[in-house]
Order: sequence, then C-alpha cells, then structure tokens
Amino acid sequence: MIELKVNGASHRFDGDPDMPLLWYLRDLLALTGTKYGCGMGLCGSCTVHVNGGAARSCVTSMKDAAGKNVTTIEGLDRNHQHPVQVAWEKVNVAQCGYCQAGQIMQAAALLVRKPKPTDRDIDEAMEGNICRCGTYSRIRQAIKMAAGVKA
Amino acid sequence: MTRIDFVSRRGFLETVFSAGALVIGAQILPDEARADGTAAPAWQPTVYLGLEPDGRVIVTAHRSEMGTGIRTALPMVLADELDVDWNRVRIEQAIGDRKYGDQNTDGSTSIRSFYEAMRQSGATARLMLERAAAAKWRVPASECVARNEQVAHAASGRKASYGELVSLATKLPIPKKEELKYKSPSEFKYIGKGLPITDQPGIVSGTAVFGLDARVPNMVYASIEHPPVFGGKVKSIDDTEARQVRGVQQTLQIPPFKPPYAFQPLGGVAVVADNTWAAMQGRKRLKVNWELGPNTAYDSASYKQVLFETVRKPQKVARNVGDVDAEFAKGGRIHEAEYYAPMLAHAPMEPVNAVAEFKNGKVTAWAPTQNPQAVQDTVAKALGIKNEDVTCHVTLLGGAFGRKSKPDYVAEAALLSRQVGKPVKVVWSREDDMQFDFYHAVAAMYMKAAVDAKGRPTAWLQRCAFPPIESQNDVAARFGGFEQGMGWSDVPFDIPNHRAENGPAEAHVRIGWLRSVANIYHAFAVQSFADELATAANRDRVEYLLDLVGKSRKLDVQSIPLNTPGYGFDTGRLRNVIEKVAEQSGWAKKKSRPGHGYGIAVHRSFQTYVAAVVEVEIDPKGTVRIPRVDYAVDTGLVVHPDRVRSQFEGAAVFGTSLAVMGEITAQAGRIQQTNYHNYPVARISEAPREVHVQLIQNDAPPAGVGEPGVPPIAPALCNAIFAATGKRIRELPIKKTKLV
Repeated sequence: MIELKVNGASHRFDGDPDMPLLWYLRDLLALTGTKYGCGMGLCGSCTVHVNGGAARSCVTSMKDAAGKNVTTIEGLDRNHQHPVQVAWEKVNVAQCGYCQAGQIMQAAALLVRKPKPTDRDIDEAMEGNICRCGTYSRIRQAIKMAAGVKA
Repeated sequence: MTRIDFVSRRGFLETVFSAGALVIGAQILPDEARADGTAAPAWQPTVYLGLEPDGRVIVTAHRSEMGTGIRTALPMVLADELDVDWNRVRIEQAIGDRKYGDQNTDGSTSIRSFYEAMRQSGATARLMLERAAAAKWRVPASECVARNEQVAHAASGRKASYGELVSLATKLPIPKKEELKYKSPSEFKYIGKGLPITDQPGIVSGTAVFGLDARVPNMVYASIEHPPVFGGKVKSIDDTEARQVRGVQQTLQIPPFKPPYAFQPLGGVAVVADNTWAAMQGRKRLKVNWELGPNTAYDSASYKQVLFETVRKPQKVARNVGDVDAEFAKGGRIHEAEYYAPMLAHAPMEPVNAVAEFKNGKVTAWAPTQNPQAVQDTVAKALGIKNEDVTCHVTLLGGAFGRKSKPDYVAEAALLSRQVGKPVKVVWSREDDMQFDFYHAVAAMYMKAAVDAKGRPTAWLQRCAFPPIESQNDVAARFGGFEQGMGWSDVPFDIPNHRAENGPAEAHVRIGWLRSVANIYHAFAVQSFADELATAANRDRVEYLLDLVGKSRKLDVQSIPLNTPGYGFDTGRLRNVIEKVAEQSGWAKKKSRPGHGYGIAVHRSFQTYVAAVVEVEIDPKGTVRIPRVDYAVDTGLVVHPDRVRSQFEGAAVFGTSLAVMGEITAQAGRIQQTNYHNYPVARISEAPREVHVQLIQNDAPPAGVGEPGVPPIAPALCNAIFAATGKRIRELPIKKTKLV
C-alpha cells in the first residue's frame, strides 16, 4: 500500500507501484490538469511539485511518490491566484494551453529557488518544457512579471 | 463571398437555450451556389445567437479552439455588433453538424469566412430588438436605438433592456439583409481591440477540458498497436502475456483500411484496460506477427534521390509566361540550385485521443478535433451507421496544426466501443503520434535562372516534386493538386520568361497538411534562390526583392485559397510589407558579420502578405541562436490584434523548429523518429528570443492568420545564416549542415 498526499489530501494506492504518478493523478484521481505529452520526461507537460520541487510525473513512479507531498496545478493556489498564474493571465501567455499547467508549475518552482531569475536562469529552468504553439517569449515575460524583475 | 439568410428559430439547440429565448440562426452559403436559382444543397446555419429573457447572451462557437483564440474572436464580433457586454456572453461549443456550415477549422479561414456572418447575426438581433421596442411604445422603429444592452427612445426618454424585449422580438419576422444597419468602425467596442481569451482562466487553473481530459462513466482505456509499416496487416497475435498484465481487460483487432486510406483507422491490435498505464503496459507484452506489405521498400534516403532525379527533368507545366527555353538557349549567366525539405510530423503537445460510446446503434464521441463533421462521416462509414447517428462533442485541442482534421483516432474509439460494450477512451502515445502521422510531404525543388548584367532574371524555371495530399483519396495520385497554388504557381515576381513545373511522386506513408502546407517548401526554395541571385549580383537583399516583385499591380495567378473578389494578389501590398519590415528591423543599418547575420524573406499565403527579417547568431560550436525576428504583416482587417500577434510569435517558433531541427525519415518503411529526443522541436533557448510583429492597418477584408507566419521563417533564417557564415543551406533541416 502506497500512501501519499496530493494537494494536501491523503490518498492510498494499492495498484501497480510502477505506475507513473501522471496516470494515477489523471485516471484515478481525475486531476486532469496535469498533462501527458511524451512519457519520457522530455516535454514537461506533466510537471508537478513533489515535496516542493518540480518533477516530471510521467517518469515518477508511484513507489517513488510514496510518502511524498504532491502538488498539481489544481492545488497550486486555492483561488488559482498564484503570482505565476496571475502573470500568465495578464500577459495572455496561453495559445492552445495544453502545456501551460506544466510551464506554470515549472515557473513556480523556479521562483522558489530563484526569486529574481535572470534570462539565463529562465532558459535553464524552462528548457525542459516544450510549447509547440511557441509561447516562449510570453512565458519569459510572465515569469519576470511574477518575479517583479524588469522585462 | 457569402450570403446569409435566417431560418426558423425552432427546432434546434433546445438544450442550449430556454424556450423563451430569441434564437437566430444564420445560414450561409456561397452566392454562386444559388445564382442559378436551383434549390441549394441544404442551407446550413452556421452562427447562432440566443438572447435569454434574463439578458444573458449565448453564442455558439462552431469552430474548434486549438490556440488561435477563435472561440473568443468570432463570438466577440457578434457581441460587438449586438452591443452587449462581453461579461454577459456565454459561449457554447457546437457539436459537429452540417447545419453550422463549414466547421473544418483549417486553412486559416475562420475569420475570413465568418466575420460577416457574425456581424450580420448581431445586427439582425439588434434591429429586431429596436422593432420590438417600437411596437411596445408605438413609436417609429427609426427612433429607437439599441445600445449597451438596452433600447432607448430619446424623444420620450423610455428605455427597455434587451431581456425585457426578447419575448416581443421572438414574434417579429426576421429582417432582410438590406434593412440591417451596421456599426461604423469608430463604434466598435471589441473588434480591432480584443479581449482575453475565454478559456484562459481554465487553462491557468488546470480545469480547461482538452480531449485527453474527457471522462464519461464506465469508460475503459485503450492503447493500439498499429502496423509498423503503412499498409501492413495483422497475420497473427499472441496476447497471452498482455492479458496477464494487471488491469488489462481484453485485446481486440481493428481491421486494416481499404485503399484509398482517407481518414480510416490504420488497423491493428488494441489493448483495453482499466486505465491508460495498464493499457500501455499490456501493449508492450503483445506479440503481433505482421504482414508488412509493399511499403517495406520505402527508404527516405533513396527516395530523396528519386525526387531529385524527377526535378532534373522537364515535368508538367503548372504556369508558363514567355519562353524560358529560348532565353536559356541564348547562354549568358545561368544559376542553378536544388533544394530539399524533409517529411515533418505535426507533434502537437496533446497526442490524438478520443472517447466514444456506441449505444443502441448510435455513437457519441468527445474528441479534440478540427473537423467534427469529418468525425461524423468517418465514424459512420467505419461502423456502417448513418451520419446523423454520430454525435461529436468538440473539446479544446492541445495543438493540432492540421493533424486533428483527420479523425482516424475517433473511428478507432467508436469501433472499440461497439466491441467492448462500454465507452472507450483511445490514447495515442507520443511514439504512436510520431510514427503514424499524416506526414507533411518531403519535397525536392530545382531552380534555374538566366540573369542580365544587373543580375536580374530574364528567365526563371522552378520544378518541384512531392507526394501529394490527394493520395489520401486516390491511390493513383502522383501530382500536386492544390499544393501548387501555395507559393508555386503564384510566385509574384516580374520576370518576362517564367515557368513553374511539378513532377510526379508516390506516397509511401499517409500524407497530410501541416500548418501552412506546401508553402513551407515552396517558400524555402523560392526565397532562398532569390537570395542566391542577389548574392551573385552583389545587391542589397531588400532592394533586390523589391526589384524582383516589380511595380505595384494585380497578378493574374492561381493561388489557394482562390483569389476571390477582395482577395486578389496585389504586389503593392507585397512591396509594402518588404519596405515596412526593412524599416522596423533597421535593415539599412544592420551589417552582417562573421557569426552574426540578417536575412529576409517575403511570402503571401492564405491571402496574407508577410515579410520577415531574422537575426541569427552562430556561436563557435556552430549552435544557431535567434535573438530577434521582425514581421510586417498585411492581413487586412484585424479583429483581435493580440491573438494575431500571438499567432505570428508562435509561427516564428514553429518555423524555427522545422527549419533548424525537424526531420522525419523512414527505413524499410518504418518511421525512425519516436519522441521529442529524436524529433526535437524548438525549446525556449532555441526559439527566437524576441518576435516583433507589425500589423499593417487597412480596410482590406480579413485574411488568414494562423498559418502565413510560418513560410518566410526557414528561408529568412537560412539567408541570415548565409550572411553570417557564407554557408548556403539548400537542405533542411539546418542541423544537418556543420556551420563552423
């Protein structure tokens, strides 16, 4: 039996311990804000926070998530008003929107580590998150807005 | 041109609107279809507006949202013309139904085709509300003015809200088009200004529903093993181990398609399970023995040589001006070059997927689809049921780029649901997505020019070959169809002797359209070759391009979409975007130097004129960086400037991906790329750092936006790389060439 916390609530799981956290969140908990994009940790669409740090849920198995605190986009802020979410709306970042939950989770984790990120910090932190619509310049702008640094 | 009529307010959308609502359905169809007076083939309502007695406004969005903002932009036009507050508007996504007219959200057509219809719907309702007020107050309708959700009669000071007038308005006849009064542009509240997209709060909170997020009770999950080679068939299956995987329920076969392949499922073996992971795990343990079929002979490396051999010989003439052969025969300075652009995959972030439920002979599907009517057709055909017995709900699309116009994946879900007896969710893995796509075609181009003393062409010959999209519907198709009107037979240069040709090419994989389609390889060859000629002539690229385009005039060329009235090919507008982008980018002062270069390209597609200047940096390791892209865009009337800009910002990145790193190859008929590590797309550090988009203001009718930003990027970037390194890229992707 695997026990873990998701967005503050305790859960128990007795299925395949190799199941990636992604599919547990999506199929079993119906937390579908976390997206599938590649299954190999290549695109970042599935990014969640595990004990506060950004993690690719598609390559994080349930046994590795055991005992951990998992936060998904749905639980990032109770009112969906995390500074990164607010900035994302102000800058109108999203086009199709599919990758954006992963981008937002990645950006939020970056700002915990580096409250005032440089362009290089942003490149490094966001390099693993693909946006096929190509919203990168607005992602950069929104991160800077959320951090209160000059664009 | 479109013409709009209004139909009965009864009988549709009962579920969306209350019984007391004023519902106006617009019908739309081309004028020419009616010119002969024959009964039109089913007049098809496309636009619906509902006004509830409590003042709420409900607009049905019938086009698919895949990132352009169309679910906001079209309803916004209607709300503006009706003069209601945006916060009152509720947007309902339409199911697939012919009564809405064309729902295939591709070809950058949504605003072009439905801007007028939306304004007409709004203006019609507004006039009816004024007339309802006039009847109520017994005053002339001309004295009643509808503004800001209320109708006012100035002389008597009376006012009534739209909601109060709804029940009266429903009893009035629908006004004629000639009676409508439209807002003047100065009165627009939203058109030309824009609003945040309606789906934004859902996107940032993770609650927006994409196809992959659709859930219905008792749903099971399926992962499908497709034939590894296009056209392959199952010989035998051993599913013993697959069925032992925890959570796996059963395995099922999907029959192979019958040629031509069209949108049919590829066939294969499905593993049905309790959840996505179990289905994927079961599939890994499936043992399938395949009859691979004739396409095992397909090898993209040798096929490249076949295409080049084709374009080195005379081929079918697509367009001819003067006599290039006579001019070439005179001798003098001749330039030749060959270009190559490989196959590409769409790779939207959301792989294709669908939920379908077969029940009592009917199918209900939930799908991220660009074309819900094609879902109806494809599912109906696959199951042998009637088209109207297929209901397709359209979710948000996690990117599409043309892939999600082809609903093979929805038919898979429907076929499986019929066998399982439960709703089935089909999920393609990223590997499935890349290996079984409808690929953007590989293309080879041969270019030849004779030039005068100033380096200006006196003769220009261009020849291309690519497996055509028509191979979807015709196994014998070899020549380009509408692709030729995408930057090939409509090259806008003023050259006295000019011939465009197209040679045959056979398809060995499924071919499909990808964002901007054939414009990608055509613009790459034409705009690169123009740069080569300018180099040979030692002339400034901007000045040379303007000289090639020649004086302002209307061109008589075949473009796709066709140059309907109002959308002719105007070289003056093309010249203007070249001049504007040069000005914006500071072209005259920018000097390329080793490792740092500037390139320009211009291309008109989807009736939009676009020029781009790309700035490139090549570091000592040969890595390409793009500090800046400048666009000048003439797309006629702009409804939503921010979303137009965002489409061009995105197109610069999409163009970068295909130019720098995009390539799909095949060996023994098998696609060799599987995921983003071997089919990379641009990441944040590889994408253009800044994209500046200048929208040129004019009164021309609205043109395409989603696609036209893509074609100029590859040639402008390659031209910039030449300026920075002296290396001429004639073969995409750029990463295959060592730059230092």
